Amino acid sequence: MVASARILRHTEIARGIFDLRFFSPDAARTATPGQFVHIRVSDSFDFVLRRPLSVCRVDPSEGSVTVVYRVQGAGTRRLATMAAGAQLDVLGPLGQGFPLHAGDVRAVLVGGGVGVPPLVELAARLAAQGTAVTSVVGFQTRAQAILQDELALYGDVRTTTDDGSLGLRGLVTGVLTQGFVDGANRYYACGPTPMLQAVQRTMAGLQVPGYLSLEERMGCGFGICVGCVHPIERDGRVQNLKTCKDGPVFPAGEVLFT
Amino acid sequence: MTPLPANDVDLRVQLLSLMLKNPVMPASGCFSFGREVARFYDLGLLGAIVVKATTLTERMGNPTPRVAETPAGMLNAIGLQNPGVERVLEEELPHLAKYDNLPVIVNVAGTAVEDYVEVVRRLGDSPLVAAIELNISCPNVKCGGIQFGTDRGMAAEMVAAVKEAATQPVIVKLSPNVADIGDMAQACEEAGADALSLINTLVGMRIDIDRRTPLLANGTGGLSGPAILPVAVRMVYEVAARVRIPVIGVGGVASGRDAVEFLQAGAVAVQVGTANFTDPFACPRIIEEVRDWCAASGVSRVADLIAAANPAALRLRKERAL
Ligand SMILES: Cc1cc2nc3c(=O)[nH]c(=O)nc-3n(C[C@H](O)[C@H](O)[C@H](O)COP(=O)(O)OP(=O)(O)OC[C@H]3O[C@@H](n4cnc5c(N)ncnc54)[C@H](O)[C@@H]3O)c2cc1C
Ligand SMILES: Cc1cc2nc3c(=O)[nH]c(=O)nc-3n(C[C@H](O)[C@H](O)[C@H](O)COP(=O)(O)O)c2cc1C
Repeated sequence: MVASARILRHTEIARGIFDLRFFSPDAARTATPGQFVHIRVSDSFDFVLRRPLSVCRVDPSEGSVTVVYRVQGAGTRRLATMAAGAQLDVLGPLGQGFPLHAGDVRAVLVGGGVGVPPLVELAARLAAQGTAVTSVVGFQTRAQAILQDELALYGDVRTTTDDGSLGLRGLVTGVLTQGFVDGANRYYACGPTPMLQAVQRTMAGLQVPGYLSLEERMGCGFGICVGCVHPIERDGRVQNLKTCKDGPVFPAGEVLFT
Repeated sequence: MTPLPANDVDLRVQLLSLMLKNPVMPASGCFSFGREVARFYDLGLLGAIVVKATTLTERMGNPTPRVAETPAGMLNAIGLQNPGVERVLEEELPHLAKYDNLPVIVNVAGTAVEDYVEVVRRLGDSPLVAAIELNISCPNVKCGGIQFGTDRGMAAEMVAAVKEAATQPVIVKLSPNVADIGDMAQACEEAGADALSLINTLVGMRIDIDRRTPLLANGTGGLSGPAILPVAVRMVYEVAARVRIPVIGVGGVASGRDAVEFLQAGAVAVQVGTANFTDPFACPRIIEEVRDWCAASGVSRVADLIAAANPAALRLRKERAL
């Protein structure tokens, strides 16, 4: 659950976006797609909060877990300075990941920016159980596009960019038409809140059920501070559930946006 | 002083009628009701446990973002989200019964004196509750909470009313957002408080300069973490020299040395808040660090450290013992 994990590899895969692989056999064995790890970026108390990063890949035989993150602010900037061989303080895997439904024939995966990483392990597991996978991934611009090759191992990938520098110009929802989702039993989405909101609306209109992985600012990461809640309509009432412990993945139909 | 074997250090401290096995307990709101942390270690290691603020009825809390990081600290504006006292008694506290000698301190909040009194009355029937911590210092709710803790008269009225209803000892948790903390402490003591804990968070704000708006949805939030330690130590030092009732030190404790600092300032015990988020094992680690510090410094009884750096507080302590 809490480990001092050796960094196996740490490389910049796109401008300001890093692929970080660390050795954590327990996490590699138990993590499910959509779960996250909570990483301490410094051993002093200068940064009192850990940083949540989604599990992108696990390799149980190597005992490794990979996360892919964008340098955003001071904490991830600090993380980016840590070299292979260094020890990393990792808490996790945490949270509830994407539920897999064994009978599903086809699933649509939708990711935006650094919401794409958790979809890679998800695509792998879906493909392994025989579900056909189609991914739609959106980025601001070509230089920030990541992980399409990895997703392409498991099915078709459509890419959109805000500026049209790669794939289709526009938002991921532009791709999500009746024809496109034909035969899909389910969708899985992870990305910035406005994207999740648009995807939820579009897919509800197309009558495809699915799951959203929510992004809220987190404190502890395991349920004790009640910082990262999101309104969820469950059991006939609206509840502020903890995205770190009850989520980050919730059934799309339960998620309320204000 | 000559170093001692670590096992020879007596970590026990007396808090009112409770003999705590060590002076370290988690702070309210930074440990929920203990269930999550129980997956990491045996809660029986703790000196005591202080659970999340409990109100009369369920509270949804504030909108998000509720937390923001700051240099060596954080802001929070949770807004007292909790299931209400009935469900706290039925669902949240019973699992704590299985720990031997783990005093459970329930933090109580509300918006009106009658609410506080009613919560305290209901807790009074529970044999599991060892003490009440009266939260008159929450900066994150629109009415109530902090307004009781920043007005001498209101604080005294609240404490007196709650004391009348309480069957357990009442610890009053003070706000640092006042001009004269010693005066507030004295007002609470005179109104019948059995003990004091300090400090709650300092009101602060961060602005998201790209979006040109306060970062927290609530606007302001409470500052906690190592950044506030010197403020808390100063206030404990001042209060311990002013009142005869025991003082619990809270604010930025992240190491055994920090805990020892509060004890020497005059606290009989410490609470650990934000450090639990950085390091889920903070409390047991701090207990061991206190033990090791004492052993290395030749201190055989941790209780001997209390007020060691605060002569006026030490004098009061000795008078009380007579
Ligand atoms: C469940 C979950 C999974 C995530 N997975 C990934 C991932 O796989 N790859 C990736 O690049 N990013 C991911 N993020 C976002 C990532 O956690 C933030 O970008 C990161 O914490 C920013 O830290 P910082 O120190 O660079 O920024 P700062 O702005 O310095 O951070 C200050 C504080 O705000 C929080 N914060 C800032 N931005 C965000 C944000 N967008 N979401 C949540 N918290 C934020 C930080 O955690 C920190 O507590 C995830 C977020 C969540 C909640
Ligand atoms: C997320 C969070 C929630 C808190 N909730 C409560 C609460 O419910 N009741 C209370 O009295 N204090 C609450 N506090 C204040 C702490 O108990 C403590 O007084 C304060 O954080 C200073 O200690 P620290 O620096 O060790 O965190 C909360 C603090 C934080 C960070």
